[in-house]
Amino acid sequence: MTDHDHDHEHEHDHSRTFQADHAEPTSDGARIGLALRELLIEAGHYTAEEEQTVIAAMQGASPRDGGKIAARAWVDAEYKKRLLDNGAAAIRELGYEIEPYEFTVMENDSSTHNIIVCTLCSCYPRSLLGMSPAWYKSSTYRARVVREPRTVLTEFGVKLTNDIDVRVHDSTAELRYMVLPERPIGTEDWSEAKLAALITRDSLIGTQRELVLP
Amino acid sequence: MNAPLFDVGQRVRIHDRTPPVHHRVPNYVKGQVGTVERVCGMHGEPEKFIRGDGNPRQRIYRIKIQQENLWQEYQGSARDCLEVEIFEHWLEAAK
Repeated sequence: MTDHDHDHEHEHDHSRTFQADHAEPTSDGARIGLALRELLIEAGHYTAEEEQTVIAAMQGASPRDGGKIAARAWVDAEYKKRLLDNGAAAIRELGYEIEPYEFTVMENDSSTHNIIVCTLCSCYPRSLLGMSPAWYKSSTYRARVVREPRTVLTEFGVKLTNDIDVRVHDSTAELRYMVLPERPIGTEDWSEAKLAALITRDSLIGTQRELVLP
Repeated sequence: MNAPLFDVGQRVRIHDRTPPVHHRVPNYVKGQVGTVERVCGMHGEPEKFIRGDGNPRQRIYRIKIQQENLWQEYQGSARDCLEVEIFEHWLEAAK
């Protein structure tokens, strides 16, 4: 430390990293987090503008975006093939920015049900689906869904017979996941937009299987 | 990019070790045998990064493990599985 005086109030002008309407942090953890981000910005690792852009993109994302991607796959067999083969590239085709993760789309069909979890923390495709639901981050969901997925699914209202295989995807490293739900029977002549509106957040995570027609 | 050491469908064992630093292998799959579901890209290795040893890239694989092998009391179909992302240096070929 130099002769720079650090006894003063925190008044020198760091680049603020949070949104203009964000409250000042009050807990020690939040203050340390803010201080760390400000130091990283001062050290030139990234800019406050870049952080704002990422936050805005996450806040702007919602399960509707996932629904649009799934609906495109339902109406366009070639697109669906590309989506299942290389999710990130196919999602970028539609104009979504989902760096830096690999994106993996897992398809439900009459004999398979997919469900997503992150047991180590709470990795979630936020850049595409927005903020994750509270239960997704709970230690109960994370611990139980890898061990007794069928029981957890029953609690979500999904009853599976044993002729449907359950694939649990634990998002442990650098991949992010989305489930491609099954297209409901009776929607053969529906428009892509009408199909997209059927698709829910939980069906993209895998805690819902049947989509409900209006 | 380094050529992948393991192929799709190959049987592999996940190392059973616990380095005293942040790593992305959950305890419940350590020591388990599974098959390579897909070969993924190269990503920064957490254990080295957290020790300040740069951010060397390592291959990631998706490993598929049968639920019956993971949990003795598992209730469900014999085909039910769990798939998990594992870095190459955590894997070895298994019989």
